[in-house]
Amino acid sequence: MRLPVAISALLALAACTDRQSVMAAHGPEAGRVALLAGIVFAGAAVIMLVVMAALWVALRGSESQRAALAGETAIRIGGIAFPAITLSVLLGYGLWLMRDSLADAPPALRIEVTGEQWWWRLRYRGGDGAAFAEANEIRIPVGAEVEFELRSADVIHSFWVPSLGGKLDMIPGRTNRLRLRAERAGVYRGQCAEYCGGPHALMALEIIAMPQAEFAAWLTAGRRPAPAPAGQAERRGAELFLAAGCGGCHAIRGTAAEGAIGPDLSRVGGRRFLAAATIPAGRENLARFIAHGQDLKPGNLMPPFRLLAPAELDALAAYLVSLR
Amino acid sequence: MSANDHEGGRAAPLPNPLPRPDGELEALKRAWALPKGWRILGAVNNTVIGGFYIATAFLFFLLAGILGLLIRLQLAVPGNGFLSQESYNQIFTMHGTVMMFLFAVPAVEAVGVLLLPQMLGARDLPFPRLGAFAFWAYLVGGLVFFSTLFFGTAPSGGWFMYPPLTGTRYSPDIGADWWLLGIGFIEISAIAGAIEIIVGVLRTRAPGMTLARMPVFAWTMLVFAFMVVFAFPAVILATILLELERAFDWPFFIAARGGDPLLWQHLFWFFGHPEVYIIFLPAAGMVSMIVPTMAGTSLVGYRLIVVALIAVGFFSFGLWVHHMFATGIPARSLGFFSAASMAVAIPSGIQVFAWIATIAAGRLRLTAASLFVVGFLFIFTLGGLTGVMVALVPFDRQAHDTYFVVAHLHYVLFGGMVFPLFAAFYYWAPALSRRALSERLGRWAFGLIFCGFNLAFLPMHVTGLIGMPRRVYTYPAGMGWDGLNLVSTLGAFLLAAGVLVFLVDLARNLRPTNHDSAGDIWRANTLEWLPNHVFAARSIPRIDSRDPLWDQPDLARDVDAGRHYLPGTATGGRETLVTSSLEARPGHLLRLPGPGWAHVFAAVFTAGFFLLLTVKAVALALACGVAAVAAMLVWMRESDPPPAGMVDLGGGVAVPTYASGPASHSWWAVVVLLLVAAALYSSYLFGYLYLWTVSPQQWPAREALPPLGRTGFSLLMLAVSAGALLMARGLLAAGGPRRGLLAITVAAGVASLLAALGHDLWSNWASGLRPQASGHAALVYANAVLQGQLAGAVAVMAGFALSRIATGQVDGTRRVVFDNLALLWAYAVGQGAVGLALTQGFPRWVAGS
Repeated sequence: MRLPVAISALLALAACTDRQSVMAAHGPEAGRVALLAGIVFAGAAVIMLVVMAALWVALRGSESQRAALAGETAIRIGGIAFPAITLSVLLGYGLWLMRDSLADAPPALRIEVTGEQWWWRLRYRGGDGAAFAEANEIRIPVGAEVEFELRSADVIHSFWVPSLGGKLDMIPGRTNRLRLRAERAGVYRGQCAEYCGGPHALMALEIIAMPQAEFAAWLTAGRRPAPAPAGQAERRGAELFLAAGCGGCHAIRGTAAEGAIGPDLSRVGGRRFLAAATIPAGRENLARFIAHGQDLKPGNLMPPFRLLAPAELDALAAYLVSLR
Repeated sequence: MSANDHEGGRAAPLPNPLPRPDGELEALKRAWALPKGWRILGAVNNTVIGGFYIATAFLFFLLAGILGLLIRLQLAVPGNGFLSQESYNQIFTMHGTVMMFLFAVPAVEAVGVLLLPQMLGARDLPFPRLGAFAFWAYLVGGLVFFSTLFFGTAPSGGWFMYPPLTGTRYSPDIGADWWLLGIGFIEISAIAGAIEIIVGVLRTRAPGMTLARMPVFAWTMLVFAFMVVFAFPAVILATILLELERAFDWPFFIAARGGDPLLWQHLFWFFGHPEVYIIFLPAAGMVSMIVPTMAGTSLVGYRLIVVALIAVGFFSFGLWVHHMFATGIPARSLGFFSAASMAVAIPSGIQVFAWIATIAAGRLRLTAASLFVVGFLFIFTLGGLTGVMVALVPFDRQAHDTYFVVAHLHYVLFGGMVFPLFAAFYYWAPALSRRALSERLGRWAFGLIFCGFNLAFLPMHVTGLIGMPRRVYTYPAGMGWDGLNLVSTLGAFLLAAGVLVFLVDLARNLRPTNHDSAGDIWRANTLEWLPNHVFAARSIPRIDSRDPLWDQPDLARDVDAGRHYLPGTATGGRETLVTSSLEARPGHLLRLPGPGWAHVFAAVFTAGFFLLLTVKAVALALACGVAAVAAMLVWMRESDPPPAGMVDLGGGVAVPTYASGPASHSWWAVVVLLLVAAALYSSYLFGYLYLWTVSPQQWPAREALPPLGRTGFSLLMLAVSAGALLMARGLLAAGGPRRGLLAITVAAGVASLLAALGHDLWSNWASGLRPQASGHAALVYANAVLQGQLAGAVAVMAGFALSRIATGQVDGTRRVVFDNLALLWAYAVGQGAVGLALTQGFPRWVAGS
């Protein structure tokens, strides 16, 4: 398959709208850091200019200017006093920012995120204690403080959505807790920030911040079984899903598919992307991923199902797309 | 002529009169003559080995640089298919690993080997064959390690090798083993070099070169070497533990069985952060040598710089956690490391302003070397400023593991180390080559490298902040990263063009020599610019200032005429003068070995041992190991020659030809080696206690531990060993014909040391403890592994000492062989006792409280 071309085209589509910039802050945590970044950049620029000016004077200055620079006093002022003062101020500011992020009121929502090679397993818990699984696309309510319980199932990953806040590692044997809040509705892209082998580059995610009411409806819907297949292709696809053994790894609520190795597919049709935010969703891409997943996301742990006929692939994809 | 008008008020007669006796120079030349033709490979002269060393390091710079270009090609456009995922992962891993371990550290060590003896006024380093051994081991190990790329079996877990990704489960291939055994082994070679440098700097300086008059480069190499001694053992321990985990399933880093992946990160960065300064400090030292010469004035703020260097040495061990700000360590402890990370900027500030002050005090000649220094000041300052940014925890949580850090680290390392290295090439070439390098080509090289570097790496700050993580083999279009990446790629190739111009310059002008170099074309101030011969300077200068060539204008002429100390060879062989560590007063004459093959074979077989172990050819590996030890014993045969009376250096100074105890250079080397061993064991202690704080529940109850009586027996055996050591010392001091008793005492003492270890192992095994069971159990057996290494070394040394005792080569005076054994032996007894207290006593203590 004209691989590089196909991949680049897909990757191009994958991110033409959303960005994951530290400087485009949409949450309080990210906002504080963006402000801090602005301040330290300005400060660094000034210091850089001062040092380079001193170097220029040393090289090309007049006799008297150079004499002023030529003693230990200049070293004591420029090399000791000045950095000691600026760094102390900066350190105080940094520590103050850290203390701020320690404030500990119970969060509005907790979401368990488990990093796996090379996707994100999600678990939502409703108020009544019932839980359901999701993958790769994290929906949160706008304006609410959300706590992410970060774990790893295999190697070290790092959870990072720069528009909302700094990253935190997911380490086997540990649970790290990260609080984020989205101030505006929108889609915020994130990416695994700790090298986790193979297709580490293709382990992305999206946080979709939704208005409270929409989110509540989405959350409630998540506890219901997946919709029954409606059309003919979808019904055929549902049969194939079980017959081809997809259920050994993937779960679809309310069906016999209860596999827990790969991502939960109960609402895969509602997602914007496939394969950990690397390939745009849709019937065609789903079919391609099932048959040629290793070309689209080399190294991913799902074996390619090349034996399925095109019509079968299409039916499977039709079924999966209908799961919303 | 007895008075020297140029010495003004301090007039003192020069040690040796003119004319020099016939044949003196010829004898000196004969003693130091280099082997001819291919036999040059057996040479040990620091100028030859140093040359090989720097050439090899530069080769690895070029190779790893090509890998960098491949990385840039792959990332030039989004979704590129130029490199496959696996190739890219291997290439970025190798780029980092080779640059750090096979280029940066060896390169600065090489410059040290090449320049230090001449700069200090010595004839050679105190352990020429050790230096040559370190080089050959590095060459063979490095080349084999690099060539794994061509077979597609290179490591792909990143230069930082974080488990569990690098554990057997997620990296079943051989790549990780190449890294662990190959790099672990090359680190050992770096430590050998560091020991040599410490002893060389502290004990072979020219008379009168007190510590306060020592060139800053020597200071930086001293701090560098001590940092290697304390930092490298941490990563060596980490590699031992991870290799034990991979080979035998001992779960040090497997969370499910009580290990902890973060233990690796602590150990790795306890090495990894000092590593940055290990690389940078010698480069800063080079700058501190070049600036005064080019500005034509003494270094301003010498004392402040020395204090800054030592401060960096200390601080740099207190900030390893700043590589772990995103691991979830509580904010309270992060505050300390954040503060330390910022504090370390102050010593760098001192140095930057000291160089600026020196430039202001003189008039900087804008030579190619100066241009590289000015470029360094610009780039390094910028890198320091971004370093302060990433020391801020909230900022780092965003910038960490993005291209912002890639930019930062290249500004610090390429700016802080490679630019000074190029400056050093242009500056010191005339001292080592018949021709200086071309100023014209040098300017071109500088211009291209400087522009290319900034074009490549400045945009990366932005690329990182707008979200591009590191270590990605591809990225999607439309993220805003495309244009920046393309610019970075263009910059990288511009930089490469600059390096190419430099290579042309080397090919056209570098003509290494050790007798007719271009010489002091810069009017420099330090001793490496004295007229140089195969035996270094004709006589060993007596100096009385920091800028001897400026303050003693006739020094070069007098030294070359043979009017200073030791203008010939006193014993007919190679010699250098050992002086006291602080005041550099003449102590004794050290007789140095000449060329040979044993150390080359020892290096090749040692490399073979580690490399064959990697490919699991155990039998062959063991054969190589035995051959390596045998070669070392052959090499040691000529060591410790018998005393040869007093020799006259001139000027009424006569020194002995033999020294033992703290006066001996080898006593110092063994003491430094013990520091290495202690640092290794301290890292282990840290690991043990760390894992206990992480998961104390796996520590056994009292009942599960071996009975106290068994531990007591092991302790008793250690006590017996210590007693034997004391008795042997007494026998040696008493002298007399008690050779047999001495030999039996040594043999029995070492046997009880081994017995203590064996019994401890057995009693753990008998209590049902298996190393695969838990992190705790694995650590208990790791203690035995460390003690086993040590006891093994003591046994080999004891075997050598016994052969010397049996042949009557050890007595109350000629006792260095015994003294060295005694030092290591005493340390082994101590570490054994601490190990028992830790593995048997500590669990009892915590179970009881």
